[in-house]
Amino acid sequence: MKESSDFEFDDLQGLLRFGYGKLTDTSFMLLNIVNADLAKKWLETAPISSAITQDPPPDTALQIAFSVEGLRALGLEESVVEGFSDEFIVGMAGDESRSRRLGDVGNNAPQQWKWGGNAAQVPHVLLLLYATKGGITAWQKTIEGEYFSGAFQLLQELPTLYIGDIEPFGFPDSISQPTVDWMQRQSTDTHERDRYSNLLAPGEIVLGYRNEYGQYTARPLIDSRKDQLATVLPGAEDDPPLKDFGRNGTYLVLRQLSQDVPGFWQFLDKVSDHIPEKREQLAAAMVGRELDGTPLVPAHIPGISRKEYENDFTYDQDSKGNYCPLGAHVRRSNPRTGDLPTSACGPLDRLIKILGFGQRPDEDLIASSRFHRLLRRGRSYGPALAPKDAIKPQAPVAERGIQFICLVGNISRQFEFVQNAWTMNSKFDGVQNEKDPMLGNREPLMSGESTDHFNSPDPSGPRRTTCHLPQFVTTLGGGYFFMPGLRALKYISALPANRTGSPS
Amino acid sequence: MTPQSSFMIVAAVRDGQLKDLRALLASMNNLPGHADPDNGLIPFGKFDRVHFARFVIIEARTAQEIREFGVTPRPWRPTLAFLGDIDGDMQTFFLELIERAEPGLKKIFSHCEGFSEEDQDLLGWMKANNINASATYVNWIGRTVRQIHEEAALHRSLSIYLQKTADDVGRENVRALRQKLLSYVEMEKYKGTLTLTPPEPTPPEWKMRNLLHMIGVPLILLLLSPLLLVIALIFALRLRMLERSDPELFIRPSREHLAELTVQEDQDVSNQYSVFGDVKPGVVRLLTFKFILLLTDYFARHVYNHGFLARIKTIHFARWVFMDNNHRVFFASNYDGSHESYMDDFINKVGWGLNLTFTNGVGYPTTQWIIKEGANREHAFKYTQRRHQIPTEVWYKAYPGLTAVDLARNSRIRQGVEIRQSNDAEIREWLSLI
Repeated sequence: MKESSDFEFDDLQGLLRFGYGKLTDTSFMLLNIVNADLAKKWLETAPISSAITQDPPPDTALQIAFSVEGLRALGLEESVVEGFSDEFIVGMAGDESRSRRLGDVGNNAPQQWKWGGNAAQVPHVLLLLYATKGGITAWQKTIEGEYFSGAFQLLQELPTLYIGDIEPFGFPDSISQPTVDWMQRQSTDTHERDRYSNLLAPGEIVLGYRNEYGQYTARPLIDSRKDQLATVLPGAEDDPPLKDFGRNGTYLVLRQLSQDVPGFWQFLDKVSDHIPEKREQLAAAMVGRELDGTPLVPAHIPGISRKEYENDFTYDQDSKGNYCPLGAHVRRSNPRTGDLPTSACGPLDRLIKILGFGQRPDEDLIASSRFHRLLRRGRSYGPALAPKDAIKPQAPVAERGIQFICLVGNISRQFEFVQNAWTMNSKFDGVQNEKDPMLGNREPLMSGESTDHFNSPDPSGPRRTTCHLPQFVTTLGGGYFFMPGLRALKYISALPANRTGSPS
Repeated sequence: MTPQSSFMIVAAVRDGQLKDLRALLASMNNLPGHADPDNGLIPFGKFDRVHFARFVIIEARTAQEIREFGVTPRPWRPTLAFLGDIDGDMQTFFLELIERAEPGLKKIFSHCEGFSEEDQDLLGWMKANNINASATYVNWIGRTVRQIHEEAALHRSLSIYLQKTADDVGRENVRALRQKLLSYVEMEKYKGTLTLTPPEPTPPEWKMRNLLHMIGVPLILLLLSPLLLVIALIFALRLRMLERSDPELFIRPSREHLAELTVQEDQDVSNQYSVFGDVKPGVVRLLTFKFILLLTDYFARHVYNHGFLARIKTIHFARWVFMDNNHRVFFASNYDGSHESYMDDFINKVGWGLNLTFTNGVGYPTTQWIIKEGANREHAFKYTQRRHQIPTEVWYKAYPGLTAVDLARNSRIRQGVEIRQSNDAEIREWLSLI
């Protein structure tokens, strides 16, 4: 058995292990490379934070990620680039078919984005700066140093603002997070684990390790006999003679999501006949948690306090959504299902379940959540607006939202799947006429069927339907980035100048 | 009960006609790959017994893969396939098709070998060029297009009415609510805005054949079992040897190929899938393939005929067809959700079944004892299934916006209208569906 110190945390960027929650001041910079040589010089000495724990914890952090254009601009060979996934190479907004899948149509269409909406607008570099309160300006100065201004052009500094550990609608954020099983102690074999677990194989989040299928996700591997520089890179576990450019790196998905906070609360207030309890009840049903983060399914483990129970539950006992509606935001984003519909007792029962017998027609539609988990690292922006103020007609209008960030090993099976098959799917788990009540666009189906409802099942009779939900969340920008391991960063910064074939 | 059947008319495309044919077929669409139901060539929307239909130009894009087995690829000419899933028998459907769309059909088929637009016996040609599937899957045997439309209309109108009346009557007063809904349905039926046509009697010859098949197949297998057991042992060992020695291909599909496929996808809640490839060389592989498909067909007909195929509830229709004198195989399906979720569902829920039915195809990831590994090799599987997928020129679905789960629910709602629930819990369950 490996010890926890065995994991190469010194080669990982810190965001993979920490949320940097204490570092409340942030600056997310979108950069273009204007001089690749200077950019590499800057990169050589840039104080990129690793995932090693420090005591006391640092009061600043710096993380870096590149879009495919950024890697090309720095001179990464096309044969290496081709080792990345198609989603990364094509980009979030690079293909209409992808936009359709992601729900980036109508108001969310890339043509209307503030950044990243077309190939020319995709930033090369994403720089994430973190500091304790009041420290960001000084940290920015420190980081920029000698070469920065010659190397990069600042396209945009994405707004972020700490408003407490909540997102702008007022709900606690980032409660449900997978726990990375760094030491790979848990089996990924479905025969040994068919129930939902929060432990996740490292390969689901970090490239170069076994994922939940027990496989290695495809990533760029380099033959160091042909490329001397690659000797700095770690070896590929699954293909030992080759060097692993992806190892200890991850894909970073960034989306700027604008949230209409007054619109959300005013709509709820209206359909709740201005009764505060009803309003909060409906809001909780839509989110799938109460305003303090308490999940809606009843505690079924006696002795566990409500607080710990925030993330310690599944929907197994609530298959019809009587407590937490099937379409609630947190249920769609993580249905917490195991590999088999319900726990199998004995091999015969297991066989019956595998063969699909003994189920209700609406059962087992959503299974195997473990293949679709996201490590979220988003930050909110815009001034705080409490629900009680948001319902007032004169509620201050301001741009509010979240810079949604998630880290995944496989963009299409994780981020895109969750977005497409779960949150934006008007047929998720057999629901009718609804998309994610919070995130969903309200585009009708081809047949004209509406998708702007929200249904709460009611065990005593017909379900309760809220109609004509306006769109509360709009995509303003987004992109797919690669966040390399520290040795891969060394490799990038050492790329020879003559290889630089800036595409622009 | 009206049983479903399928047809697949195939003919090689004449040399030099491929481009014209593609353009002609594209003229039937209103979205990439999606038929306009009122298109001028074959107005699918006018037929009330077509569930799904598609035109595919079958090209052997992956023909070279078999070289890895030391076999020279067989020549293959681009072939037009017109396939559909229909209510009732093929013969009467072909007649109906000709009656409504003769000029369009002739125009399309005139691009094919052995068809002349002027003096062709269209019906005869279509029948002569029809090939049967080795296995077919129907999500719900007996559920007709007409029934689907009627039940969807019932659901729609009940759902609007329920929302209006629930609060007046009182949500907890479920008996009174049901009474209201039932009278409402009677009223609407009387006005003619709702129709619930009773099922047609099951054709006796179909019933007979189905029964014979249900009993006959196991009976023959039982009779042959002493022999089969011996053969099975030899086959198992031989297959295991092949699994160990067969080359594993790990070829990523090109982005151009993927873009060609994805542009047709996710326009609505369901998608189509057409895949074509070679059967692995050797008689052991072929016989295993055939035997597994025989079983697949048997289970699809007699066991998985009411809403689920093992744990999968998102497939409407599917078929496996041998072509090119058993050297190649074509698979087509109509499924709900996006391609990625279809494949993930497959891997996670029925990877074993996928392995069984496709392990004998060239390019399929290495399996163990034909049910293990395979699809679980995620990348290898996802690459190969996309590589072997071919674009569909024209695709028609009779009930856009409806998933197989929707159809099953609508049938349960109708059932509740026709058969009274016996207790309050059942009434509540019924109301919760609407």
